[in-house]
Amino acid sequence: MKEKQHKKIRLSQYAIYLVMIALIVFFSIVADGFFSSTTFFNILRQVAVNGIAAVGMTMVILTGGIDISVGSLIGASSVGCAILMTTYHVNPIIAIVITLAFGLLVGLCNGFFIYEVKIPPMIATLASMSILRGAAYILSDGLPVYDIPEKFAVLGQGYLGVIPVPVIIMTVCFVVGYFVLEHTSFGRYIYGIGSNLEASRLSGVNVRKVMYSVYAICGTLASLAGIVYLSRVNSGQPKGGEGYEMDIITAVVLGGVSTTGGEGKIARVIAGLVIMGVLMTGMTMKGIPDYYQRVVKGFVLLAAISYDILSRRRIAEKG
Amino acid sequence: MEQPILELKNIVKRFSGVTALDDVSLTIKRGEVRALVGENGAGKSTLIKVISGAHMPNSGEYWFDGGKVENCTPTKAKDMGIGVIYQELNLMPQLTVAENIFFGREIKKGGILDKKAMNNKCAQLISELGIEIDPRRKVRELTIAEQQVVEIVKAVSSDIKFLIMDEPTAPLTNNEIEKMFEIIRKLRKKQISILYISHRLEEIFEVSDTVTVLRDGKHIVTMNTAETDRSMLIKHMVGRELGQNFPRRESPIGEEIFSVSNLKTAQIHDCSFKLRKGEILGISGLVGAGRTELARAIFGADKLEGGSIVYKGETICNSNPKQAIRNGIGLITEDRKNQGLLLNKDISYNTTYASLEKISRFGVIKKRQGDEITDRYINAMNIKVHSREQLARTLSGGNQQKVVLGKWLATDSEILIFDEPTRGIDIGAKQEIYKLIRNLSDKEGKTIIMISSEMIELIGMCDRVLVMRGRTIVGELTGDDITQENILELAAE
Repeated sequence: MKEKQHKKIRLSQYAIYLVMIALIVFFSIVADGFFSSTTFFNILRQVAVNGIAAVGMTMVILTGGIDISVGSLIGASSVGCAILMTTYHVNPIIAIVITLAFGLLVGLCNGFFIYEVKIPPMIATLASMSILRGAAYILSDGLPVYDIPEKFAVLGQGYLGVIPVPVIIMTVCFVVGYFVLEHTSFGRYIYGIGSNLEASRLSGVNVRKVMYSVYAICGTLASLAGIVYLSRVNSGQPKGGEGYEMDIITAVVLGGVSTTGGEGKIARVIAGLVIMGVLMTGMTMKGIPDYYQRVVKGFVLLAAISYDILSRRRIAEKG
Repeated sequence: MEQPILELKNIVKRFSGVTALDDVSLTIKRGEVRALVGENGAGKSTLIKVISGAHMPNSGEYWFDGGKVENCTPTKAKDMGIGVIYQELNLMPQLTVAENIFFGREIKKGGILDKKAMNNKCAQLISELGIEIDPRRKVRELTIAEQQVVEIVKAVSSDIKFLIMDEPTAPLTNNEIEKMFEIIRKLRKKQISILYISHRLEEIFEVSDTVTVLRDGKHIVTMNTAETDRSMLIKHMVGRELGQNFPRRESPIGEEIFSVSNLKTAQIHDCSFKLRKGEILGISGLVGAGRTELARAIFGADKLEGGSIVYKGETICNSNPKQAIRNGIGLITEDRKNQGLLLNKDISYNTTYASLEKISRFGVIKKRQGDEITDRYINAMNIKVHSREQLARTLSGGNQQKVVLGKWLATDSEILIFDEPTRGIDIGAKQEIYKLIRNLSDKEGKTIIMISSEMIELIGMCDRVLVMRGRTIVGELTGDDITQENILELAAE
């Protein structure tokens, strides 16, 4: 009977890939020109920005938290980095470093209010979401920032061989994220805290350090995503990244990361990202307007979370 | 013959291939207090769940109050007059006693809540049980014992005929247990039948009319409590003779290596004692006397407000558990599920969790080394598992406790604090835990502090027993002076 249970769990682990393939097949049939290498790389390039941020989000959700400020942080980072390079003529590399440091700081602030003040993560990052979005508008006077140095475009638009640079950046983030979560003690503590915080503390885990770290990583990666975004659209957009938190969280949950923390594998988050990318590109190619796409996204998130919670409840009931 | 309140005939309940209840038949009369005993996994919980409608049996008949019950659900069971007091209380802490008791069936006057009527009715119900609790108090301000009374009143107030009590005395002090028994006797007078589940056999003789033993999902025997005794019950439970044999000390105790003086936290004060290497020191006292809090203070889990800890001649500072672990102290907590284990992680994950620093380099875990450690403890402690990848959640209480112990042994802790190490563990596994603790002290020279509510356990295992009362240490007993009478003398308020 244990065997059977094992098999069932194994099957549900691959369900996400089946959904992904089914979606690709579906759009290949209904949308002309969908099944092509151009579309394939387009989708990957599109999900790269979200993908970079999703690595940090995965860690945060694994601890049982959430960070909904990432979309605003992507916008604020893109505007900030653009202004540094244009108005202040800062060297692009230094501008990038400053922007990443800014993301890190934002993450630490989120960590402070969540761990020390004990504000629920959703609320704490709701506040920073508003603050950062406002900051992006203030910095740019509400207007896009143009005249980005030409060389900067390589991050978002360049290719290495046939592979787009943003896809490479995303892949590196995932590989490092995978390694950290699966092979380091820090990764174990992330899972452990999400699975049982008090037991972790009593096992000598420095919970404070881990909590600050995951939010800092999430912030830094969101800023990196903002930089790639800036490079791709070639202008600092105060509206940039709006609603991305929704796509990112949905992709992570689709990838099987439990919103209650402690469970999920980062490798499957990639499948979640691809599903979101395929869905959006496919719908766009079929001429479905953005308004409808948002409705679809909302239902996808509901479905993914319901599936997660219901299947976990079933396992728990079987005890 | 009078019609029984509850009758189960040939109940079978299977869970994906495992038979949890195997052809169980049971008849309980009106006003009867029936004790239900058996080791963990004997099928007690499943039986309760069948009666209360949480589980549907695969076959067999279920009769209640003269009618046959088909497709029972929890709501249906409640409507028939079955109440259940679970180990975990189901009250709303922010609401008052009266609000809890009348939750969902509030007394109204013209559509508006009649608080006065509810409070009065509530006070009356509580006083009928010979207890005094102000119905206007918030439940979160009550002691566990008082909360339990509220649960009982809540059940009784909806005119129940049958009450299931699952380990009701587990969190209670001796005084409170006495009161609980009085309540049970009062309920019996009202012709309410009670199914009483407890690990503490002494209680069963005090409170029950009849006792049913389950083993491996089968009904073994039902006897009049007056016609049986403890050893006969245990014999039926384990299916073999098992005396209270505690493994004896075989090697001498070493020099003094550890002492605390005037330890003070928000919960305890003026606690001082010394420990010698290899010694097993017991800590006794009623629940709430500050035993767990003393352990937490030593372990750095609660903030120290004063006092000092000296280990191997040096003053050490445990301002958090991490430092305590570095200093060689381990705490096996009372609450395995909430404080000890990562339930949804595997055994390997759990055993290495407190010692990851030891098996990793630059933060990267050497997986093979972790697996070796895990295998070593699985073998050494005879943990019954399919593989080290099995999830902690799926283990029995005794095996879970061994996994927690493995976690601390992997840290090479020299001083191990066990808080209620055998709570909720069946008799066979208890014996194994005793042997393990004895071996740790005898053969490996570990120094052990053992907190327990079971006096027999302390008497059998400890070289010395400290007794706590009122959040401080009030006495110390050694050798033949460690008796139930002496401990109670010191512990009683």
